[in-house]
Amino acid sequence: MVEVRRVTKFYGDLAAVQDVSFTAEKGETLGFLGPNGAGKTTTMRIITGFMPASAGSVTVEGFDTARAPLEARRRIGYLPENPPLYPEMRVRSYLRFVGRIKGVAKSRVERAVDDVLEMCALSHVASHLIRHLSRGYRQRVGLAQALVHDPPVLILDEPTIGLDPKQIIEIRSLIKKLSANRTVILSTHILPEVSQVCDKVVIINEGRVVVESKLDALTRGASLEEVFLRYIAEEPQAAAAAASQPS
Amino acid sequence: MRNALVIAQKEIGALFVSSIAYVVLTGFLLLGGWFFFNLLFRFNALVTLYTGLQNFEAAQALNLNEYVIAPLLHNLTVILMILVPVITMRSFAEEKRSGTYELLLTAPLSVAELVIGKFLACLFFVSVMLLLTAVYPLILVFFGNPELGQIASGYLGLFLLGAAFVAVGLFTSSLTENQIVAAVSCFVVLLLLYVLSWPAETAAAGVGALLKYLSVVDHFNELVKGLISTRDLVYFLSLILLALFLTYRSVESFRWK
Repeated sequence: MVEVRRVTKFYGDLAAVQDVSFTAEKGETLGFLGPNGAGKTTTMRIITGFMPASAGSVTVEGFDTARAPLEARRRIGYLPENPPLYPEMRVRSYLRFVGRIKGVAKSRVERAVDDVLEMCALSHVASHLIRHLSRGYRQRVGLAQALVHDPPVLILDEPTIGLDPKQIIEIRSLIKKLSANRTVILSTHILPEVSQVCDKVVIINEGRVVVESKLDALTRGASLEEVFLRYIAEEPQAAAAAASQPS
Repeated sequence: MRNALVIAQKEIGALFVSSIAYVVLTGFLLLGGWFFFNLLFRFNALVTLYTGLQNFEAAQALNLNEYVIAPLLHNLTVILMILVPVITMRSFAEEKRSGTYELLLTAPLSVAELVIGKFLACLFFVSVMLLLTAVYPLILVFFGNPELGQIASGYLGLFLLGAAFVAVGLFTSSLTENQIVAAVSCFVVLLLLYVLSWPAETAAAGVGALLKYLSVVDHFNELVKGLISTRDLVYFLSLILLALFLTYRSVESFRWK
């Protein structure tokens, strides 16, 4: 479970996100939507502890990311927008390294790596250099890296970007499978992806949350495209007010 | 500290799969060998000269430690000053540029573990470099009779100096995401540490002594002479700790922005 409470982040004078709050429960996949530059990546980086919030707080599985950063980080698997790969390493040794720094014991790391290699369909490239992998495979290694310590919370920043249709379908079904007993927060601007994978939607625009709702309650007849465009077209404050009214 | 070792292991692997490690090792040994050969050749010429002149007193005064090993170690420090920045420049700069910094900073690692891991890896590499140069003194031990204690003390000096250089290199690498900037600024700082004592003779007494104390040369010189004193050990350890502390703060400050 992830709780984001009134998070604000300033870069100098510029507010990248303002007063962002939402909650993602266990077993839930939260789709984090918004136009480019709305503050999606910033919010995810704050949740993962890559950067601190200027104000507000985040708790991950009950651990505050500012007060108990190591405990919180241990429970997060994070796939940044650009998969954080070492091109000169081989897939298996890379995953072993990530497993170790994420706190998997030495005796169990080999097993954990085998599991994620199989889960992400990477077993046949385990001994390849990451440098030699295609974009789709790199994305999958990125995902495997996020999963290797079997975290209860997964934060995925545009996980299907740059993949071919077959790979997209595979990754989506993998995310669905993973979300059964985890909390998944995934950012994207591919709307059909949200309809297929997510239970809950948070739309963010110009650094503010304009809507937080269950997917079925939100769409109710209208397509997600229409809903999305309606919310991001409105003034952020007005939209926030509209979103907080009882429906 | 288990995590620091995991980081160190990964770093060492990265050094040895890149060509940097081999270029640096080859260059270091090639230049070291050239210096050694020349120093030995000169020593030989002097011995021949003095015995030819029947000046046995002067020939007796020549000794391997003073005429071959000491200048060799001094020359090696100059090569270290150029090569250590090349070894350390990647450590933080490359992680920042390639986005793997995001992996490291969101992993349950402390900043200290990260810094110490990187430090241990580079220090390991410098130790390998120094160990390989040990063949030169070994040759002298086989064919002559240099003083072993003095050699050991000189190598301790070289190791401490290398460690201090590495710590400085990590600091400059932590400030930038450009490896060239990291290497050049490291080299400039190291060179400054080297030449800091140059005005010491002419400067006011207090300032001169201070500059002399801050510069690495005198402290290293004492160790090369075979004099291991707390004063010099404290100097090197303080320099290492100060640079590592600055690196720690610099990595930590990434999160403040």
